Amino acid sequence: MNVGDTLLYLDGVTVTFDGFRALNALSLYLEKGEMRAVIGPNGAGKTTMMDVITGKTRPDTGRVVFDAHTDLTRMDEPAIAALGIGRKFQKPTVFEPHTVWDNLLLALAGDRRPTFSLWARETPAERERIEEILVTTRLTEARQRRAGDLSHGQKQWLEIGMLLAQEPQLLLVDEPVAGMTDAETEQTAELLREINRTRSVVVVEHDMAFVRALDVKVTVLHEGAVLSEGSIDHVSEDPRVIEVYLGR
Amino acid sequence: MTLERSTYLTLLLVLGGALALAVLNQATDAGSALHVPTYVIALAGKYLCFAMLALAVDLVWGFAGILSLGHAAFFALGGYAMGMYLMRQIGTRGVYGNAMLPDFMVFLGWHELPWYWHGFEWFGFALLMVVLVPGVLALVFGYLAFRSRVTGVYLSIMTQALTYALLLAFFRNDMGFGGNNGLTDFKDILGFNVQADFTRSALLVVSALFLCGQFLLARFVVQSRFGKVLIAVRDTESRTRFLGYRPESYKLVVWVLSAVMAGIGGALYVPQVGIINPSEFSPANSIEAVIWVAVGGRGTLVGAILGAVLVNFGKTWFTGALPELWLYALGALFIFVTLFLPRGVMGLFARRRKLAPEPEVETPATAAAHEVTG
Amino acid sequence: MHRLIALLLLLVLALPASQARADAVDDAYEALSASALTISPASFESVRQGVEQLAASGDPRAAAVIGALHDGLLYAREDNALFIQQPDGTYVDARTGAPAADVTDDDVHTVRVNNAVRSAIDAALGSLQLFAPDAPTRLQAASAVFTSHDPAALPALDKALVKETDSGVRRRMEQARAAALLSSSDASETDRLAAVATLRARGDIDARGFLGSLSGQPPAVAAAAATAIIAIDRQLELWSLLQSVYYGLSLGSVLLLAAAGLAITFGVMGVINMAHGEMVMIGAYVTFMVQQFMHAYLPGLYPASLLFAVPLAFLVSGAIGVVIERSLIRWLYGRPLETLLATWGLSLVLQQAVRSIFGANNRDVDTPAWMSGATQLGGLTLTWNRMYIILFAIIVLAALMAALRFTSLGLRMRAVTQNRRMAAAMGIRTPWIDALTFGLGSGVAGMAGVALSQIDNVSPNLGQGYIIDSFMVVVFGGVGNLWGTTLGALTLGIVNKFLEPVAGAVLAKIVVLVLLIMFIQRRPRGMFPLKGRAVET
Repeated sequence: MNVGDTLLYLDGVTVTFDGFRALNALSLYLEKGEMRAVIGPNGAGKTTMMDVITGKTRPDTGRVVFDAHTDLTRMDEPAIAALGIGRKFQKPTVFEPHTVWDNLLLALAGDRRPTFSLWARETPAERERIEEILVTTRLTEARQRRAGDLSHGQKQWLEIGMLLAQEPQLLLVDEPVAGMTDAETEQTAELLREINRTRSVVVVEHDMAFVRALDVKVTVLHEGAVLSEGSIDHVSEDPRVIEVYLGR
Repeated sequence: MTLERSTYLTLLLVLGGALALAVLNQATDAGSALHVPTYVIALAGKYLCFAMLALAVDLVWGFAGILSLGHAAFFALGGYAMGMYLMRQIGTRGVYGNAMLPDFMVFLGWHELPWYWHGFEWFGFALLMVVLVPGVLALVFGYLAFRSRVTGVYLSIMTQALTYALLLAFFRNDMGFGGNNGLTDFKDILGFNVQADFTRSALLVVSALFLCGQFLLARFVVQSRFGKVLIAVRDTESRTRFLGYRPESYKLVVWVLSAVMAGIGGALYVPQVGIINPSEFSPANSIEAVIWVAVGGRGTLVGAILGAVLVNFGKTWFTGALPELWLYALGALFIFVTLFLPRGVMGLFARRRKLAPEPEVETPATAAAHEVTG
Repeated sequence: MHRLIALLLLLVLALPASQARADAVDDAYEALSASALTISPASFESVRQGVEQLAASGDPRAAAVIGALHDGLLYAREDNALFIQQPDGTYVDARTGAPAADVTDDDVHTVRVNNAVRSAIDAALGSLQLFAPDAPTRLQAASAVFTSHDPAALPALDKALVKETDSGVRRRMEQARAAALLSSSDASETDRLAAVATLRARGDIDARGFLGSLSGQPPAVAAAAATAIIAIDRQLELWSLLQSVYYGLSLGSVLLLAAAGLAITFGVMGVINMAHGEMVMIGAYVTFMVQQFMHAYLPGLYPASLLFAVPLAFLVSGAIGVVIERSLIRWLYGRPLETLLATWGLSLVLQQAVRSIFGANNRDVDTPAWMSGATQLGGLTLTWNRMYIILFAIIVLAALMAALRFTSLGLRMRAVTQNRRMAAAMGIRTPWIDALTFGLGSGVAGMAGVALSQIDNVSPNLGQGYIIDSFMVVVFGGVGNLWGTTLGALTLGIVNKFLEPVAGAVLAKIVVLVLLIMFIQRRPRGMFPLKGRAVET
């Protein structure tokens, strides 16, 4: 594979916690504009993988290369976020005391330094962008509500909205439909597909119906390494995957 | 900038109250029913200085989640800077009549002014130090602490250790700050007798002006986009990082600002109480300042001022009427407020406050400590 | 039968010797009276020689007579007979010790002394006690001779050495002899070299001082002395290093005792208890009350009062801890900063309560006899109370670890702190375990109070002085790790004691605090951080 086409490239990444190998020489490629679903049983290393990509955890060995030449293992979270990698957490994490509007405002791409934010005023362009995102995430009505008062599903969407506001090249989405109704799940899948038109996405998910609905290449993690990779039909027929999921 | 009602009210009460007291003290005779005795003026001035300290504590605790148990150190450093100016003004009026050296240095048998005392004969220089000394200390401490992501209780303990170390240091005679006794016996400030009623009234009004200035400044900061980031950092620090913010720089800015505000409070405090000594550094003082904020309502700027004035008024009354019960009362206040009044007095008024803090969702400080490795 | 003959033979042989000795004693007594009758350089010289002769004679009355001369109670009559004035003003014959009823104050004159005589007296008294029946007195005498290093003591020393059986006293005598020999004018170079070697072996500050003061020695001896001084200096440095380590260990165990309870409440439970110091303080007051009680009702057990105080302090502080947890802490779990403030308030209340009950002044807690004093180990001075505190800290630590590891309560505690929900699901009553864990930490603090009552003032402020240090120890060692706490305490103690001679006590403390602040900023999780996914959340 030509590295030039690769947006994200994990090579032999190993992370150990006190003897426990969370990631075991994990290698993974993500192409530009691709959407990838990552599945795997509990403790397979999905969240740790996200942590490594976003700079929260430093790998013991291995490389994480973004956009062909940037080594992410040397950078901290804000620097990686500034590169254009956004992350949604498993548990929806929004700024609860702030309004939906302010949450999006804080997430908008732009200068992050205190010297700027002390004097910053909302510009018409910012307002326009926030309105757009409110529409996309179906939160227009809730714009002045406190984020802490939103329903679980709305919080999930607000967080996705914040990701969009960041205008990242790559979105890492951890279990976006956990706790959602079927209708909400479907809408979320639609939203992700829409986002995927302009950006690369990695989705970590348990919900197989949702993964099937996304209809993208699937990577199965097991014990910190890639067990199987391919279409959803391909991996679900892989005997090793069946063994891991169903037990021996 | 639009001001909401509580802001108007605060400014009005602080400024109007101070002016009224000052005028009643100056314009009426001692026998008059309207006369405000000078000790009341001094007390009120003291409360306003404490309110500045409370405002500083609230800015970092209420809005950035940094519980400082060492803010009195910045207050005291500002106070010492002003005290040094006041010492130099004594000149030959000291007990030993030494034009150059303060009494305690003559007493210790010193012959030369230490280098760090030079310049303090100028008021402007002293003012600069009032800002710089606490500011630079806060900058160094904060830079190291926030960069290494020391947070929560750990940070609190470290701030306490900081003020404790300073306490021990200032107790030493050879530090050149008067040791145990500190700096006292001041004569005049900018040529005015510090004991004079007029000077005291003027200082009260100046304190009120500074408090209002600090209040407006703090209000500007917390209502700006910066303030919104700060609150985000307070509640969900890691999330702000993934959005590309650097919490450490936000904390550092507000931390240094807060230290300078406390330092200014200390500088105004010293001429009004007439003494500064190392006990101002004691950790207990810093924690008391935190409880003023908690009583008033953490995360509301008005609450900080209100809490400082209320608790100190209570302290004055208690230590006069029932001195042995004061510590019981203070201790009970700590417990009562944290258990039953987490939003303080302001929380009682507030129907719905946008910036009022949520009950913290922090995991125990030591979620890490899951195991005793025996 | 054979034995009897041998004895007789011995007596016959010894007779001439004892006869000669008796003559010498007579001369000595006569010489002593000189300065009572005439005052001249010659008479003082006579007395001085008399003292030395008498001391060397081995006369049984010598010690009493020279002692009387020392105290100014020796009097001489015109006929050169000597008398010692008794406390009641009567006289006894100096030679025999028999009462001399007919002697009155008018008959006798004080034997006068000058500086030369005085130093002869001091040396003589020193060497006389070399023959004392009890070893400690002999040891003291040998030390006195070493200090005076008067060559005149040499004969007495030689004699004493022959008889000496106690090896410690013997060594000290040999050192004294070496010092006296080096001070004499007529010793051979070989003897002097041997003496220097003896003193070098002694290797303490006194030996170094003496060797440093030597002058007029042959070049070889002077060279040997110089090398010896260097060697002793090096040895002394080593000892002082060890002494610092000991002081450091002792301070470290105090810190450890104060911090061990905190390692449970803060380290394991994550509860930041600012009233921890007051639990220590309460333990100290329990000690005080136990001693008062024993003194009044069970004086026989008074020396053992500390042994009763330890479990009682544990129970009292532990019970208070349980009450605090149930009434206050449990409402504040997950809110560490609020816990901090509430417990600080609690500490104010507890301090004031103790002040109201016992007064603000320090209370006297006795150190039992078996804990006082010190022992010398080479160049080390080991004070008993510090030794016991080190020992106590070890026992407390071991007991704590054993309790956490081997008891079912310990197992449940670990289960609850590791996964509260799972533990609850398995039927563990988590609130009860929380209370007991907090009680355990507080109880350990109470026991620390018993130890601290021995080395610190028992006052309402006792705990305040330890709270910051304790937190520093726990954080420095790595939260949730008792070994880390131990190592943290010992490191801090030793670093502190090593800095003290350089910087002074207060500055040392400041330096340690600043170092700690910097350390925590570099390694926020302490020396032994726990790793794992749990840490990340």
